[in-house]
Amino acid sequence: MLYIKCPHCGLRSQNEFSYGGDATVKRPELNKEVSDRDWDNFVYLRKSPIGKHLELWQHISGCRQWIKVERDTLTHEIFKTLKANEEV
Amino acid sequence: MSEKFRLDKGGLINRNKKISFKFNGKKYFGYAGDTLASALLANGVHLVGRSFKYHRPRGFFGAGVDEPYAIVQMNRNNEVDPNVRATEQELFEGLEAKSVNCWPNVDFDIGAINNFLGKFFPAGFYYKTFMWPKSFWYNLYEPIIRKAAGFGAASIKHDKEKYEHKYEYCDLLITGSGPSGLASAYAAAQNGAKVILAEDKSRFGGSLLTSDVTIGNQSGQEWAEKIISELKSMPNVVVKNRSQVFGYYDHNMLVMSERISDHLPKTEKYSPKQRLWYIRAKEVIISSGSIERPLVFGNNDTPGVMLSSAAKEYLKVYGVLVGKKPLIFTNNDSGYETAIEFKKNGIDPVVLDTRKDPNSEIIKEAKDLNINIKSSYVVVAAKGYKKVKSADIAKISDDKKNISTIENIKCDCICVSGFWTPTIHLASQSGNKTKFNEEIDAFVPSQSKQKETTLGSANGIFTLEETLKTSFEKGNELSKQITNKENKVTVPTVVEKKSSNHDKFWCVPLPEGKNYKRFLDFQNDVAVSDIQLALREGYRSIEHVKRYTTLGMATDQGRTSNLNGLQLVSDIENKVVPQVGHTTFRPPFSPVSIGAIVGREIGKHSKPTRKSPMHYWHEKNNAVFVDAGVWLRPRYYKQGSENLFEASKREAKNVRRNVGVCDVTTLGKIDIKGPDSAEFLNRVYTNAWLKLPIGKARYGVMLREDGIVMDDGTTTRISENHYHMTTTTAQAANVLSHLEYYLQLVWPELNVNVVSSTEQWAGAAIAGPKSRDVLQKLFPDLDVSNEGLPFMGYMEGDLFGVNAKIYRISFSGELAYEVNVESDNGNYMWEKIIEIGKEFNIQPYGTEALSTLRIEMGHVAGSELDGRTIPYDNSLEGLVSKKKDFIGKRSLSKKAYVAPDRQKVVGVIPLDKKTSIPEGSYIVKDAKAKLPNPKLGHVSASCWSVEYDNPFSLAIIKDGKNMIGQKLFALSPLKNKTIPIEIVSSHYVDPKGERVRS
Repeated sequence: MLYIKCPHCGLRSQNEFSYGGDATVKRPELNKEVSDRDWDNFVYLRKSPIGKHLELWQHISGCRQWIKVERDTLTHEIFKTLKANEEV
Repeated sequence: MSEKFRLDKGGLINRNKKISFKFNGKKYFGYAGDTLASALLANGVHLVGRSFKYHRPRGFFGAGVDEPYAIVQMNRNNEVDPNVRATEQELFEGLEAKSVNCWPNVDFDIGAINNFLGKFFPAGFYYKTFMWPKSFWYNLYEPIIRKAAGFGAASIKHDKEKYEHKYEYCDLLITGSGPSGLASAYAAAQNGAKVILAEDKSRFGGSLLTSDVTIGNQSGQEWAEKIISELKSMPNVVVKNRSQVFGYYDHNMLVMSERISDHLPKTEKYSPKQRLWYIRAKEVIISSGSIERPLVFGNNDTPGVMLSSAAKEYLKVYGVLVGKKPLIFTNNDSGYETAIEFKKNGIDPVVLDTRKDPNSEIIKEAKDLNINIKSSYVVVAAKGYKKVKSADIAKISDDKKNISTIENIKCDCICVSGFWTPTIHLASQSGNKTKFNEEIDAFVPSQSKQKETTLGSANGIFTLEETLKTSFEKGNELSKQITNKENKVTVPTVVEKKSSNHDKFWCVPLPEGKNYKRFLDFQNDVAVSDIQLALREGYRSIEHVKRYTTLGMATDQGRTSNLNGLQLVSDIENKVVPQVGHTTFRPPFSPVSIGAIVGREIGKHSKPTRKSPMHYWHEKNNAVFVDAGVWLRPRYYKQGSENLFEASKREAKNVRRNVGVCDVTTLGKIDIKGPDSAEFLNRVYTNAWLKLPIGKARYGVMLREDGIVMDDGTTTRISENHYHMTTTTAQAANVLSHLEYYLQLVWPELNVNVVSSTEQWAGAAIAGPKSRDVLQKLFPDLDVSNEGLPFMGYMEGDLFGVNAKIYRISFSGELAYEVNVESDNGNYMWEKIIEIGKEFNIQPYGTEALSTLRIEMGHVAGSELDGRTIPYDNSLEGLVSKKKDFIGKRSLSKKAYVAPDRQKVVGVIPLDKKTSIPEGSYIVKDAKAKLPNPKLGHVSASCWSVEYDNPFSLAIIKDGKNMIGQKLFALSPLKNKTIPIEIVSSHYVDPKGERVRS
């Protein structure tokens, strides 16, 4: 079980969190023209890298904040955790 | 007594407490402190089971977790426990156990014919033989193989025992209480670290219990006792015996199984049988010791052949002789220690040493005791079927390739020692890159991935002096970094006998003309010849060899077989062991019961149960409950001998005619506040929200980004910047996370806060033509007329002294109101409604009637909003704004979503107006068409229309818009039904929606 450092609450076990996928995906802006391809990429396409991956987790049984976790998908090493508004 | 093999004195058992037990129906005696294995051996019982594949007689090979054979079926307090190791099971009064994997009994086992057909059962036998004909597999091959294979039989009864889970945090977790575990724990405890010391066995001390050493001025065993009692008295130390750390997971999370009651005749009241500990440790010290390696020779699986360390343990811990004419076969000095113990107890052993001229302090002591030592000698084969009777031995050439004339020597046990294998399972599980140590011919941990340190013989250190020195140092060093305190202890002086180098020789060649089975893996019956065959057939990777031959699999995880198997593959392949590598060690190190893994989360405890504040009223009024997510909701209120169908019909009819009241507390409720709330709702919902006046509710639909409907519900504007959102019961948690996602990550510039208020409000839906009358009486001071409180209106009121919020919204399609009060007042409100509603014939209604009402009206719910439908499919396209953007809008223009024959919700009635259509039925054009019959759609929800008194269903079918009036078929292969149907409008009752506005 992973040990995730919530930037708001501190170290907590994985079972307090829920996984939220790739954190680098940016939603296209509202009311902007988006091509079919760009929209499909945003909705469906995700990379599945081996190694460093910036992902979203929500501290669902804690502060309920969405956070960013930089994690190695192979070794599960967590390099850093960030608040929602922080960039790597 | 009958304990012919028990010494008169010695051992750590309690000779004052005699214990009777049964094995295979026969009664025996042992002592408190015995294991089932030691007690059986004391009684001269060596035959305990049959082997996995060949059903050869098997006895005891080890004395603990290393045991590959002695697996028994336990009967304890009328519960069966399969696959218990007799070497680990402590004896208790009345214990009953029996052998497994034999039929009709262990003495005469029909399966043993496999042994004589052995040449037909080579490696991969099953893969090769049962390939064809394919149809034979399920009916013939598999049932027979299943009957023949496997060990114990699991109980099919409910397990009455309790199992617990526990979460723990510590500075240092130390796995094993041998010398390295004790020393490191002691040093760390002195520095104030929070330490957990786990010992798998019932006794602490590990190898100190059996080795002949002095620490300070005490024997090893006395020293261990002293350290343990000191550790137990320290508040910062938790000492646990009967506790196996079996798994090393990510981020220094380890799991330990504590056997609390397995050693007792029955579990004590309020006590669990076993407890699983999830331990997050800052540092882990692996002090799991080492396991003796077997030597490989002909028939080396005969009962009576066992590890020399096990023989020594039975002698020193239990006062039991495993034989009275022991033959000791060794390639190192450890065998001599066992020989010396035998000699000291008046037994004359014979030692066969594979080495030419071994010499050391231990060997000198053996010689001084006049022990018969034969150098350059090997055991060629054990003789005897159910028990060793003698051994064929021979001198071996210096190059270990040839054996000379075979001599037969009488013996009743053969104690083997092929040197030691460090127990690196936990280190390997943690991700440690192990390395091969040529000096000890075994793998040891090297580069750590997690915070883990391996000490003592688990790290390949076999002298006590160095073990204690490094362990005290490491314990001190690791704890000091955590506690920033140092209270260094001096390392005691150690007296131990020095040993000489071991012989790398481990596998005795076959004598000419003999094809004895020489076993590598005792649990899975893998012999040298099987590995040779696998390699001849082209298997190279050790992982493949393992799976093909089953070497190192099953419950003992190759503890005694791995290295010999690797050696053999290396020898044949002319490689060195590190090139071959070892197979992956995975948790659990030792079997863990399913009960312990499940813990308390069984039955009703597998998820929380949420009850509304009115729950006990429902209970008192004969409600039959149904699980709705984690909630319990009344499904119907039973009157007299009514069944579900009758009751729900009565309840629904009463809503249509008079008035009903339904507990809607379970609906998800989210409080939304902030100046940008309207803008936020406008982005979340498909319809327009910017102009909703204060005091008005609106129905809304929200989508996922892929255009699929996520949820629906009403949201009410309470004040300028305050909204009250409702969600479906099932989606409440997901919707909250969804809103938080957009507020925190996508549009952080919006000044809005959301919080769940589901549990803060109790809700009652009052529905039916007479609901206004009830409401007026509940709130005599309010104007609740159609003008005063119009459809989708909202007001606050005083309900006999408690604050209430009134929403004029309807799920049933009737004139209806939802009244919310603070949860604590829920039952008060409910009783008032029932009391006041009496004169209007109010009746409570459950979820079944609720469903009927909404289905008749064609209101979509969870069965239509099933994660596969878009607004159009649910006839909600009128709620999709063309002007503004919102979550998921862009997806709605996808080709498939705008196809002219897109699926849509329709109504379905059976032509005979009698046959109910099972939910999930397929809708097809031609009931007799060839399979696969093209499916037009499916029935999503069914009810018995109380308005028309005939069955009515909702269905989602292709081109639904143009299908009204069509005569089709509903097929339910599951219920074996074919029902002719007609497609009608989904709005079966009150299609214009006049009632809700009346």
